[in-house]
Amino acid sequence: MTAAGHIRPARRQGAGPAARKRNAPAQRGLALADLIGLAPAVVLFGIFILLPLLGAVVLSFFRWNGLGSPHWAGGANWAQFVHDPIAGQSLAVTAKVVALSWVVQTPISLALGLFTAGRARYRSVYATLYVLPLLLSTAGIALMWEALLDPNFGGVTALSRSLHLGFLRQNWLGDAHLTLFVIVAIISWQFIPFHTLLYQMGRRQIPAVLYEAATLDGATGRQLFWRVTLPQLRYTIATSSTLMVVGALTYFDIIYIMTNGGPGYTTRVLSLDMYQAAFLQNEFGYASVLAVVLGVVGVGIALALVRFTGFGSMRSQQEGAT
Amino acid sequence: MSGVATAGGTAAAGRAAPVPAGRRSHPAGRPGRRHRLPMGRVTAFAAATVWLVVVLAPLYYMVLASLRSQGSYLTANPWLPAGGLSFANYGTVFTAGLGRYLLNSVIVTAGCLVVTLLFSLAAAFRVVRNSTRGAAGSFRLLLIGLAIPIQAIIVPLYLLIYRAHLYDTLAALILAMSAAAVPVSVLIMTSFLRDIPQELIGAVLVDGGSEWTVFRRLIWPLARPVLATLAIYDGLNVWNNFILPLVLTQSSSVSVLPLGLTKFQGQYAINVPAVMAAVLLSVLPLVVLFVLMRRQVMRSLGAIAVR
Repeated sequence: MTAAGHIRPARRQGAGPAARKRNAPAQRGLALADLIGLAPAVVLFGIFILLPLLGAVVLSFFRWNGLGSPHWAGGANWAQFVHDPIAGQSLAVTAKVVALSWVVQTPISLALGLFTAGRARYRSVYATLYVLPLLLSTAGIALMWEALLDPNFGGVTALSRSLHLGFLRQNWLGDAHLTLFVIVAIISWQFIPFHTLLYQMGRRQIPAVLYEAATLDGATGRQLFWRVTLPQLRYTIATSSTLMVVGALTYFDIIYIMTNGGPGYTTRVLSLDMYQAAFLQNEFGYASVLAVVLGVVGVGIALALVRFTGFGSMRSQQEGAT
Repeated sequence: MSGVATAGGTAAAGRAAPVPAGRRSHPAGRPGRRHRLPMGRVTAFAAATVWLVVVLAPLYYMVLASLRSQGSYLTANPWLPAGGLSFANYGTVFTAGLGRYLLNSVIVTAGCLVVTLLFSLAAAFRVVRNSTRGAAGSFRLLLIGLAIPIQAIIVPLYLLIYRAHLYDTLAALILAMSAAAVPVSVLIMTSFLRDIPQELIGAVLVDGGSEWTVFRRLIWPLARPVLATLAIYDGLNVWNNFILPLVLTQSSSVSVLPLGLTKFQGQYAINVPAVMAAVLLSVLPLVVLFVLMRRQVMRSLGAIAVR
C-alpha cells in the first residue's frame, strides 16, 4: 500500500520453506527471537507514529479545544475546511511552493550533480564545499537569511549600497509580491546540496560501458546526456522528486520562523495553517482535518510519482547493463 | 594501481558502484573528447563557481558578523573585515543559555541514536532472517512510516505526550524522534543486511549456534559500517529537528539548539552579531564531525538514495 512497498519489494529468500520444515521447539525459538527483535521497533513506531495517525483521522470528526471532552461533530470540520477561504488560500500557496521548489531545485541539482560526479580533484573540492548548508539547522538558516535580508542593516542592502545595485534594495520579507519567491529561494539554498549529492551518486552508478558504446556509435555530448545519462538517472530523478515534493508539501520551519505566513496570507502554507489552528486557536478537530489532508496528499503524490516513473523496469534495465 | 585502491575504498559503501572499473579505462566516462575541451568545460566551471559563491557568501557573512561588535556591524560595511574582530559574542551567548541548549541537544541526539540504532538493527536482523510470518508483516507495517509526514501526526502526538505526562521533557523528544527515525533506519539496515550471505548464517546455526549467537557473532560486527552511516544520517536529522521540540517542549531548561536559537533571536533581536555567533556555535559540533570524517558524512547524507 505504501510508497515504500513499491520502492523496494521484499526479496524472496531461500530460507522460507526450510525454516517451516524444522521441528516445533525450533519454531518456537524463532518466534521468540522475532518477538524480542521486532517488538521494540514496532511498539515504539506503533505508539508514537501509527496511533497519532489514527488519532488525527478520528479527531477530524470531533470538536475539541483541548480542555474538557471532545464533542462529536460529524463532518462539520470537513465542511468548514471546504468553505474556509484561508484553507483554500493555504492550499494554493502550498501548491506554489511545491511547484516552484521542484522547478528551481531539479535542474540546478542535476547540473551540479553531474558536475561533481566528475573525477577531477577540484570537482571533489567543490562537492565538499557544496555540502556545507546541510550541516546547518533550518532554524540557523532562517536566522542567517533574516540577518542578510534585513532591509535596513542587512547584508544584501549593504551590498546594494557599495555596488550601487538599486534592485537589491527590497523589502524581501515584507513585500507581498516577493516574499514567496524569497522563501522558495532559501528552501532551494538549503536543499539543493542534498539533491546534488543524490544526482552525483546516481551519475557515478551509471556503467561507463554505456558511454563507451554510445560514443563508438558516434553519439555527441548532447546525445549522451539525453539518451544515456537522463534515462539512466530515472531512478534518481524519481527518488529526488519524491523527496522534494513531499518535503516542500510539509514545509514549515523556515516559513514559521521568518514570515509566520505573512505578509498577509501570502506565505501561509497548509502546515502553518494547521499549526496555528491547533496551537494558537486550540481547534484540535479542525487542525486534524488539515493534518489528514496533508498526509493524504503527501502519500498520494509519493505513490503517483513512484508509479509514474516505474522503478521496477528501471532496476532490471540497469542490471541488464552491468 | 590507483583503480585497485579506489575499488577497495568504494566497496565499503555496501552497494559499490561500478565506477572504479570505468575509471581505469576512461577518466570521465567520455573518451575521445579531449580535443574540444574548452567551451563546455569552461561554462560548467563558471556555473559551478557561481553556485559556490551562492553557497559560501552567506556563510562568510555570518562568520564575519559573529566576530564584530554590535556597533561596528551597524555602522561599517558588514561584508568587509573591519578592526576589532573578537570572539566576545561567542562567550556572551554561551553563558546566556546556549550551553544549556547544547547539552540538551547532545542528550537528545545520543539518546535517539542509542534507541534508534539498537531497535532498528534488531528489527532488521529479524526481517532478513525471515523466519516467521510476523517478521514480513512488521516490516511492511514499518514501511508505512516512510510515507507519513510528521506534520500529519503532530497534533495527536502532542495530545498523547501531554496525557502521558511527558510534555516539556527531553524524554518526550527522544521517544518521538526515535519513533520517527525507525522506519527509514530499518529500511536502510535491512537492505544492508540482505547482502550478508545466507550460507554464513547457516554455518553458525549448523555449529549449534542460536539466533542470539548469529546476532552477536555475525550481524553485530558486520553491521558496523551501516551503523556508522545511520548514526550520522539520523544524528543530523535529530540534531536539526525543529517542529518536534517546538510542539513538545516549552521551557528553556529543556530547549534543544534549533528551538533555543529562535528564543535567542527573541532576546537579542537587534544584536545580530550575537545571534550569528549562536548559530555558528550550534553548528560547530557538526563542522568538527564533517572535517574529521568528510567522506563518511557525505556518503551517509546520500544513504537514503542507496536504499
